[in-house]
Amino acid sequence: MQMTASAKPVLDVQGLTVRLPGGADRINAVENVSFAVSPGEIVCVVGESGSGKSVTAHAIMGLLPPRQLTVAGGRVLLEGDDILAKSRAAMRKIRGARIGMIFQEPMTALNPVMKVGDQIAEVLDIHTALNERERRQRVLDVMGSVHLPEPERMIDVYPHQLSGGQRQRIMIAAALVLDPALLIADEPTTALDVTTQAQILKLIKELRERRNTGVLFITHDFGVVAEVAHRVVVMQHGRVVEQGTTEDVLRRPRDEYTRMLIRSVPSLSPPARKPLENSVAVLQTKALNKTYTTGGLFTARHDVRAARDVNLIVCRGETLGVVGESGSGKSTVARCIARLIEPSDGAILIEGADVAKLSSRKLRPHRKRVQIVFQDPYRSLNPRRSVGAAITEGPVNFGMTEGAAHERARELMRLVGLDADALTRFPHQFSGGQRQRICIARALAMEPELLVADEPVSALDVSVQAQVLALIDDVRKRFNLAVLFITHDLRVAAQVCDRIAVMHRGEVVEEGPTATVFGAPAHAYTRALLDSAPGRDFDFGRFDAE
Amino acid sequence: MAGYILRRLAATVPVMLIVALFVFLMLRLTPGDPAAIIAGDNANAEQIALIRNRLGLDEPIITQFFIWLMNILRGDFGESFFFKKTVAELIASRIEPTLALSIATITIAVCIAVPLGVLAAYKQGTIIDKIVMGFSVLGFSVPVFVIGYSLIYLFAIKLNWVPVQGYQRIGDGFGGFLQRLILPSVTLAVIYIALIARMTRTSVLDVMGEDYIRTARAKGQVEYKVLFRHALKNAAVPIVTVIGLGVALLIGGVVVTESVFTIPGLGRLTVDAVLARDYPTIQAVILLFSLVYVLINLLIDIAYTLFDPRIRY
Amino acid sequence: MSVEPALLAKETAAPAPKPGRTGRLGRDSGIIFGAAVLLLMTLIGICAPLLGTKNPSDINPAFRNRVPGIEQTIRNDDGSTTTFKYRMGTDSLGRDIYSRVVYGARVSLLIGIAVAVISIAIGLFIGLIAGYLRWVDAIVMRLMDGLMAIPAILLAIALVSLFRAGLVSVIIAIIIPEIPRVVRLVRSIVLSVREEPYVEAAIMAGTRTPLLLVRHILPNTIPALIVQGTFICANAILIEAILSFLGIGIPPETPTWGNIMAEGRGLFRIYPHNIFFPGICLALTVLAVNVLGDGLRDRLDPKLARRM
Repeated sequence: MQMTASAKPVLDVQGLTVRLPGGADRINAVENVSFAVSPGEIVCVVGESGSGKSVTAHAIMGLLPPRQLTVAGGRVLLEGDDILAKSRAAMRKIRGARIGMIFQEPMTALNPVMKVGDQIAEVLDIHTALNERERRQRVLDVMGSVHLPEPERMIDVYPHQLSGGQRQRIMIAAALVLDPALLIADEPTTALDVTTQAQILKLIKELRERRNTGVLFITHDFGVVAEVAHRVVVMQHGRVVEQGTTEDVLRRPRDEYTRMLIRSVPSLSPPARKPLENSVAVLQTKALNKTYTTGGLFTARHDVRAARDVNLIVCRGETLGVVGESGSGKSTVARCIARLIEPSDGAILIEGADVAKLSSRKLRPHRKRVQIVFQDPYRSLNPRRSVGAAITEGPVNFGMTEGAAHERARELMRLVGLDADALTRFPHQFSGGQRQRICIARALAMEPELLVADEPVSALDVSVQAQVLALIDDVRKRFNLAVLFITHDLRVAAQVCDRIAVMHRGEVVEEGPTATVFGAPAHAYTRALLDSAPGRDFDFGRFDAE
Repeated sequence: MAGYILRRLAATVPVMLIVALFVFLMLRLTPGDPAAIIAGDNANAEQIALIRNRLGLDEPIITQFFIWLMNILRGDFGESFFFKKTVAELIASRIEPTLALSIATITIAVCIAVPLGVLAAYKQGTIIDKIVMGFSVLGFSVPVFVIGYSLIYLFAIKLNWVPVQGYQRIGDGFGGFLQRLILPSVTLAVIYIALIARMTRTSVLDVMGEDYIRTARAKGQVEYKVLFRHALKNAAVPIVTVIGLGVALLIGGVVVTESVFTIPGLGRLTVDAVLARDYPTIQAVILLFSLVYVLINLLIDIAYTLFDPRIRY
Repeated sequence: MSVEPALLAKETAAPAPKPGRTGRLGRDSGIIFGAAVLLLMTLIGICAPLLGTKNPSDINPAFRNRVPGIEQTIRNDDGSTTTFKYRMGTDSLGRDIYSRVVYGARVSLLIGIAVAVISIAIGLFIGLIAGYLRWVDAIVMRLMDGLMAIPAILLAIALVSLFRAGLVSVIIAIIIPEIPRVVRLVRSIVLSVREEPYVEAAIMAGTRTPLLLVRHILPNTIPALIVQGTFICANAILIEAILSFLGIGIPPETPTWGNIMAEGRGLFRIYPHNIFFPGICLALTVLAVNVLGDGLRDRLDPKLARRM
């Protein structure tokens, strides 16, 4: 990675402070933030939720919501010019021409009723005086440089006809068409699949090199930081706690918070595991199929095979990871196993009993044996009911008295590391990580044989992730559960799962012990998946001079 | 897209069938002999027997429904004994005023309401916004006939700009036609404007909060172009939807407005028919108005394809 | 997953209330105004006999069509005289309009509230079931679509023509066109809440469907239904007025704001007070209820604006 440190910085942020409206948990969203981006350099601003990294990016662009967040101090120099001092009209001329910005959600960031070519051409229309033919040529050129296939055809296409990765390329094209000095990327790959993410990161690196653009890259993912950053800025609660070169910050972090964060990043190398002996299969699926049919009277019938002939086994005391990208069918399989949806075909054996096609009445007694922990802790608990009511609901349904259920709830709260007296509180009084613990307690209240964890930590900050994962592991050992762990995050899978099944387009393409799958992947897709993991060459948590 | 249009068309059939079923049952649900009710108070036994035969009233109810339905589809709505004409003739003679009033009202309403709503959204929170929203709630709350009488009092009685009531056919002179049409269409338009301006404002505000608006600003686009090029086309679908749904309100309002301004249209016909308990006419009018409403919404569904490419492809 | 965009979104969603009492008052001014007027009208209706009125059905041929302000001296049985002032004039049968308007408040409000409560109750029940059970949904929505295809006033008019004129038939005739809209609203809420993970968790906990609907899904409909209820109330008062105005509403022995105006329409040019006094009361009440509904919606759930 080249560094042109001696040149004048493209972006120089000096003491930026942004004030929050009254009544928030702190006075300033962002306080006294200073860092610089040189030409051709990628600077990653990394932090957890609430750290103020996105607010910083928006403040630089002048896109803060006008009545809520106000800049209260500091200077932002773009190639020497203080842009905070500029008028709104002057700032508009800079946006798109000297600073380009790309956002997190490529689907919603593009206007659904406008052709993608027109959306790129709009930048030229605003800032240049080119005629239509010249504009079209420039658009085609930039589409080529972001490696979009068949630009001539694609220029007239609408956003919904493109994939997530292609849409993000369109956004990048629009941001870079006028060769700005600075590109701001606000979590541009967070919503993309791992393989797509790898391509976009590669594209950004390539464009940066060719055009010598300075890149300010906001992210929460340290793997991405290791992959692309030259320099790193770590933010917490609106302040910069540490900054330096990637090497320095990742290998020799000085601040305690930074050390904690980096240590929490799971490693891609799976730890050694003892093989299970004499264990009983709790869950076995045989040729599990789920097909969705769309189409009706006047449209063509269209079959989507979300799960194809899936065979899985999970034994007592082990964690089977199901890994895949979006559309791989892993969530479908989990929901079939939990009988939230009915499979089209196949058998689901829970300790020998086939629950695949049972009616809801016959299914009811089996409900206790499989429990789920969901992905989104903010939607997994009924906001209007106390946490205690949520945990006791299941046991009471199956005949336990209120008193006994309450006792069990208290026990479980303590087990998951929360205060037993907090049972009377409501979900909004807990943080995301705490809510996820409550969901685990709720699942355990039913005394299940199989615990299905559907992306249980994907929505949590990295520091909290580690705690919840440790809890799941602890719980598994203590109750000798079988755990089915669904995730798209290879690092988490490596650390938590005994065995791994890789899914692609509805099929299980590879299965085996974690060490084998990660160390010597047999299937081409598994290899592609592992190759795409950002920062895979980096070993987090191994600090120098410790 | 052809599939989309065919599907929308096919969806209107069961809806109209249910309307037809309801309208058919209406007569059968009243106490008393349907034939005698239709024939009216002054009919003799012969006429009643004739009607009974025509409607097949001795047959099982399903057969009756089919007979009735077949008649309707052939354009035979029966006879109005009260007005002494076939219902079809009756409707044909009264349709022009209602059509004129409706078209005038929709035109006035849409031309005023949509820009007003967009303006209120653009200037959200300012005094302009509050005024527009204030007027809109008012327009919603005052009954149509009170507005009508107030306007008559002001413009026709006190200022004497237009005649008080009545209708003049186009054939008899365009000037007079227009003069008599202004007050009633403005009266009716008030409610429609209130409704559409509100929904327009809400839709535009919704759209202005979307991510792609932020992208447009990130490109350095000026604010008014952000509004016109990005927001409006996306807000078009909900706005147009509301215009279609509002036609139901319009039809209801037509009934009242024609009463206030003594316009000899279908609305007045409906009221007269209800007062006289002239069921064939009531049935026919309900069917007709419902069909118009359903067709207008169908047209609007098809119009979506103009605005939203996700439907086209 | 970053919460930054959420932070920005949260800040832009609802403008921060200005500190101090005026700020809070400004936000809830709609609710306060609407509730106050509604309360006032209700009190007026309840206390009608105490407000200097006479029997609203008292026909007095000698005092027909008098302008507001006129006085009548009555000789009582014991020889004393009492003066009665016709504050709002008299109608074509000599009845005191002021008394009729005050008593009219009773009926108009009764209709508004009854229609709102009953249509919401029925619509909630149907909507909950239709939203949750797919096969019920198909049938019910077709029916609702069919009902909604008939413009509301026409449907009300048609229903009124079926029955004998009276309070109950008018109430039923106004309720039926309102039900489909409530069903749609409830159904759309049920459909979206059904997908929430906490509902799925309750299913996994073995909660049976009826309990699931009542405990987890129904509470989500309450804010929307409260708002919708106020709008239905306002609409019902309006429709009753229209029905009476057209001559197919409540018979004139029971005064309602609508039929007072209906009586006066013939002589409107010369005696507009027949229409203006009840008209203003009606407009004010309906306005207040609408403003109350708006205020409630902004407070309870701004997203409702799109659903309605």
